[in-house]
Parts: sequence; structure tokens; C-alpha cells
Amino acid sequence: MAEATAAETTGTDEWQPKIVMFCCNWCSYGGADSAGMGRFQQPPTVRVIRVMCSGRMDPVFILNAFLEGADGVLFSGCHIGDCHYVNGNYKATIKYKFLKAMVNELGLEDERLKLDWISASEGERYAEVVTEFTEQIKKVGPSPLKPEGVV
Amino acid sequence: MENEEPRIGVFVCECGVNIGGYLDTQAVADYALTLPNVVHTKVNKFTCADSGQAEIQEGIREHNLNRVVVASCTPRTHEPTFRACCKEAGVNPYQFEFVNIRDQCSWIHMWDWEGATAKAKDLVRMGVARSRLLEPLEESSVPVDQNVLVIGAGVAGMQAAIDFGDMGYNVYLVEKGPSIGGRMARFDKVFPTNDCSICILGPKMVEVARNKNINIMSYSEVTDVDGFVGNFEVTVLHKPRYLDTDVCTGCGACQEVCPVELPSEFNENFGIRKAIYIPFPQAVPMRAVLDKDNCIGCKACEKACEAGAIRYDQEAIYEKLTVGVITVAVGMDAFDPLPHNNYGYGLYDNVITTMEFERLLNAAGPTGGHVVRPSDAVEPITVGFINCVGSRDVNENIYCSGGVCCMFSIKNAQLLKEKRPETNHFIFYMDIRSTMRGFEEAYNRARDLGVKFIRGKPVEITEKENGNVVVRVEDTLKGEITNVELDLLVLGTGLVPNEGINEMGAILKLPRSADGFLTELHPKLAPVDTTTDGVFVAGCAAGPRDIAYATAHGSATAGRATRLLSVGSAPIMGITARIDEDKCVVCGVCVDKCPYGVFEIVGTNGDRRINVVEALCKGCGTCVTACPTGALEQSHFKNDQVLAQVRNVFQYGGE
Repeated sequence: MAEATAAETTGTDEWQPKIVMFCCNWCSYGGADSAGMGRFQQPPTVRVIRVMCSGRMDPVFILNAFLEGADGVLFSGCHIGDCHYVNGNYKATIKYKFLKAMVNELGLEDERLKLDWISASEGERYAEVVTEFTEQIKKVGPSPLKPEGVV
Repeated sequence: MENEEPRIGVFVCECGVNIGGYLDTQAVADYALTLPNVVHTKVNKFTCADSGQAEIQEGIREHNLNRVVVASCTPRTHEPTFRACCKEAGVNPYQFEFVNIRDQCSWIHMWDWEGATAKAKDLVRMGVARSRLLEPLEESSVPVDQNVLVIGAGVAGMQAAIDFGDMGYNVYLVEKGPSIGGRMARFDKVFPTNDCSICILGPKMVEVARNKNINIMSYSEVTDVDGFVGNFEVTVLHKPRYLDTDVCTGCGACQEVCPVELPSEFNENFGIRKAIYIPFPQAVPMRAVLDKDNCIGCKACEKACEAGAIRYDQEAIYEKLTVGVITVAVGMDAFDPLPHNNYGYGLYDNVITTMEFERLLNAAGPTGGHVVRPSDAVEPITVGFINCVGSRDVNENIYCSGGVCCMFSIKNAQLLKEKRPETNHFIFYMDIRSTMRGFEEAYNRARDLGVKFIRGKPVEITEKENGNVVVRVEDTLKGEITNVELDLLVLGTGLVPNEGINEMGAILKLPRSADGFLTELHPKLAPVDTTTDGVFVAGCAAGPRDIAYATAHGSATAGRATRLLSVGSAPIMGITARIDEDKCVVCGVCVDKCPYGVFEIVGTNGDRRINVVEALCKGCGTCVTACPTGALEQSHFKNDQVLAQVRNVFQYGGE
């Protein structure tokens, strides 16, 4: 029965972006789980990679994601002041500034990279962030860096 | 083992219909079998159940697996289960990889079968790629110091301290106020049994004082906590009482002669206290405290004190403690209706809060137990109670305070009615939440006594010239608007996080939930654990709750923490930072970036190197990202392990 329902809803040929999202273990990964527990529906465009802290998010990970074919990259951690590891999220903001500049150097649009803080209790907000970012990426279209033939 | 060719088993959980109902689990398993190094796949009805775990272990044995991938719920709840299962069957727990296809896939794409299935395949491919690179790790352990810190000496913290003390552990019970006892000491009677609050709390306070293993540190605050499970370094500030507590006998002669009169906080600012005062008649420790901000320096107390305890030049003392585990029980505050003048509070004299009413009802309170209204000190005949003040209100707090305020209003109406049968009582409510044992009976008793319940949220409060207040409300059961004139209106204020909770959360590195209270590790299955190992939370610090619940939580933290104390060691996760000294140029960036002081530069000149104190490492990985030479790696989150996931989000040409 579920299959029949799904067939009705996925009949569209609209292009779906592929988004890589880095989440810290304590807040935003928990927020993603809370979205599930609350059944907050969202487009299946995001692939989450868990690291322990947003401070672990190496610019190399994010640049690699773009080079491999990501249409957009989200990265998220605990709200400022709430970091499980004192201030890793603050350190992430420094990398974010640097990455924003790098993204432009690569010839990508600003909109393709976004940092947003999501707490473990913000399931609904998590779904909103994913949905809004997906819409934003749909507007800018497929990444010009995406290698030929990659899905 | 490290060089062994990976033999990966992938187990896909249906979780009943939670996953199986929204995506094609068999297709995911079939796809997994096409991935490099995957030699076995299986769909389980419930992978976490006994039967599912048996299927994992059978797979490990039959296919000689050295790595296991489970695609199911979330590592946040089930990783320990599967790691233990793998360990039992001879696979290193760190060569187990979790793929989240329920919380982060089937549950959020419930009407997109194909999209969810395709995403689940991507996630499994990413997990398998990471699994291939996972290395076996050994968990180490650290010794657990046998001292305990309990922060907050309300009923939850007191119960925790008693339980720890009775089990033979040395407890530091730190209380911000001058006496232990907390909120409960201020209540007149407690629902649903209407016991006298201080009559049941007093003996418990004495029990705390008498317990040889408990060091009460009243009028003290925890200002800093360093270290980690088993070895917390705690800084406690002992605020000056301006008297020697070893000499003071608590006779109260000082407060009799003190000429300065101030509103009494204990009595909710009804009644007075002096600049030097005994906190309340049952205080523990029974010692005076001098409020230096309001002292006029007349030294009358010094002359009156026969024991010679007064010390005007006393200074704050910072004390360092080492403890193995911490219970945090910092409690709550009642919602303050003053800033928004909810229901005319602060505008009209005869609108008061529940806590103020408690003190008026109390025989030891400022009016000797006579409930009088503030405008003219006359005993009221008609009294109204509004429930959900500051609770279940989109303009204040959306959460329900757990029925605590419902029961307060019911109890208080009942008590005054019993004391003075000529009085009339109205309770304005949205829903009565009398959910716990004995609560419904108490509600029925109030109705039998003649307390009138009006279902509706008052829309307007006006004051008449004689000080009476008129409540305008729609009685939603009758469907009519009524105006009820009252002599006294009592606001059933909800429970809000303690004003110091953000600071305490920051000191202990505990997250707060959207409602502002501390977050438990898991709301159902780990309700007193926190995300900081060795730190436990009790009572209203983690949400609105009643006395029975708070007391049970206090005991629960002692029970949970004793697992660590009695074994004497705590496991340290294997996900710590490691250094490759051949690559390290001793630049010291990691020393600055690490919030835990894991790294230190040792040696001089040519012998300089970075020393890594692994026990201090909490595994955030920030140092790895900062290291300019790539000398640092975080075990289990190595660069190539994460990059393998990144690369496998994508594939050429689809399946």
C-alpha cells in the first residue's frame, strides 16, 4: 500500500539536488533525529555525515564534497554558547568565513554553502532548514563543478 | 587484524513497519551486496531484538565477518547495543558502523517510497565505505574519585546527598542559599495528602545535617568545573556570612537587636527580616547570615552576640574540590507575573501568586496563618484562583508545568475552605491535570467541599474601589460570559527554569532544551543521565515536576552514579586525538585550540615535543582540523574515514 502511495507522489521529473550535510553528534545530529521522531517531513535531498563537533568540520571535507558533485553543503552544530565541547562551534564560524571565500574562488554561488545552528530539540526547525535549503539550491540549479555522469 | 581484507556484513532493520513500511529494505540489502567487501547481507524484522542480534552474531560466525554495518535507527540510542553484540562475537566494537535509515530517512520521507529507498542506498554505501577504513580500537579507563558533588540542596539534592552518604561516599552538598531545604521549605502543605510541608521536610534536613558523610556547604556556589568523569576539579565559592559559623549558635539575639528591616525573601516579601537574620526557624545549618549590602554598620549585633561570632571583615573563600561524579539539582523558579502584569499582578493589590498565598496560609508565616488580602489586611470571603499563569500560553511558556499548578490551586482552595468554611472559592482552569496517584481524589475532595470550577481562561481583570477584583471569563461549559467579583485573586504560576540555569549549564557543559530546562541524555530511557559523563540531573532542573518525582530523581542519580563509584573506574571512549610525532613541528596550535588542555609542549630547544594526555581528551576533533601539518588524527573520525563518506554520497551513472 505504501508503494502505491509513493508512486503517486514521486511521479514528477523535477530535478532533485544532492546536498551533503555535516552535523555535530550532540546538537544538530540530535535535531535530525528529533525531526524523525516528530515525523517532520522533508525532501530526501540531504545526506548527513556525523562528526563529534562542528569544530571537527575540516574545510577539506566541504571542498571535497563540492568537487565530488554536491549541489550544496550544509553544516550545523550547537547554538553558540551551547557547544558540548565548550566552543568548537565558535571555531567553526571562523572556518565558515574562510570557506565562503573559497567557494567563490571555485566559481560557485554563495547560496551553495550554509551554516546554521540546530539544537537537539529543534526537530521542526531542522526540517525547515533542510526544506528551505533544498528550495534555495533548486533555484541556483545543478553545481557547475559536478563531474560528468555523477549522481 | 588491521591488514586483514575487510569482510563486511550489512544488516538492514525493518523496525516493524517503522522502516519497512516506508522504503524497500530488501532492495537496500540487495544493493549492499553489490558493494566492495560486502560478503553478507540480511534484512531483520528488529535488528536490536534478541533474534536480530543473534542473526548478526550468526552472520559474523558463518561468513567470518570482521566488520558489521547496521542500517536502522540512530547511534544516539542504539550504538552501544550493537557494539556490545559485535564484541561478544569477536568483532572489535569500533569496526561496527551505524547507518541511520529510520529517524533520518523512513520517518521523514514517509510518502516518498522511491526517494527514501534511494537515499537509504546512498547512506548504506557511505557507511560501507567508512566501515572499510575503520580500525580496531581499545577503550581505556580512568579511576573514579570517591567523592561526590551535589549542587543544590532542595529536596532532590538532599535526597541524592542522603543516598550517596548512606552508601558510604563522601558528599559535598553545595547550596546557594543560607539554608538547605529549597522551595519545599516555603510551602505550607503539600498535595495530594495535605501534609505539613516543613513537618516532613524538617526531619529530612536534620537527617542531612546528621549524616557523617555529608558536608553541607551552604551560602556557597559552584563557580567552575574542570576535568572529566571520575576526576572533576570543582571550584566552590564560599560567600561571606560575616560571622564564624563554628562559633555562632543560631540563638537569634543578633536579629532581635538589628534595627534594619527588609522584606523577607523566605516569606515572598510579605513580612520582614533584619539585615542580620536566621533564614527561617527550621534552617539547617541554624546559623545567622549578615546581609552586608543593607547593613548600616551600627554593630548592635556584635554587642548582642554573646558567643562573639560576628566577623565584619570576613572575605569570600574559593575552595578547590576533587570529585568523581556530580548530581546537579539546581531546581526551578516560579513564573514571575510582574514584568507583564499578567492578570493585573503588580497593578492591583489583591492579586497575588500561589507562593505568596502559601506563606499567608502558613502558621509560621508573616500573618500567623491568617490569609488576609494585601490592600486592607481583611480576611477575604470570596477567593479566585487562575491556573496556567505563565504556562500553556504562547505569549509566555507553551509547556504545561506538569499539573503542579493545578494541584496547588486545588489544595489551597481546599485548605482555606477547611479553615474558614464561610469562604467561597472559584478555580478558573483550561483543563485540570490531576494525573498522578491520589491527585484525582484530591480534586474530587475540593469539589465535594464546594470549590467551584469554571472552565475558561479569564480575559480581563478590573479593580473596584473597595479593592475587590472582577474576573471576566467565558465559562466554556455553559457557553456564557460571566463576571466574578472576588476579594482576593491568586495566580497559579507555572514553573520556569532557575535563573542560574544557563550559567550552571555552561559550567557543566550541559545543553538546555527549548523550554530552558537542562536536557537529559534520553527523556525516557536515561532520564537522570546527561550528555556529560559522570554528571547527573535531578529534580526541577530538568523540567517541571512535583516533590515525589523530584525525590525519586534524587535517589536515581545516586543509583546511576554509584555504578561508577563502586566499580572505581569509568570507561573512556576510544575516539581520542593521536599524534604522529614524525609530522609534528611543535607549532602549538593544538595547545591553543583544545578546550581541555590535552596538549602541552614539553622539553626545550631541539627536544621540544607535544605531550598528549589522552584521558583529558573528549573527542571533539577540533585540534585535528587546526593542525597545519596533519600530524593529529582523531581515532574513529580520521580524515580518510570521513572523506570516504563524502565521496560515496555520489556515484557514477547510478546503479
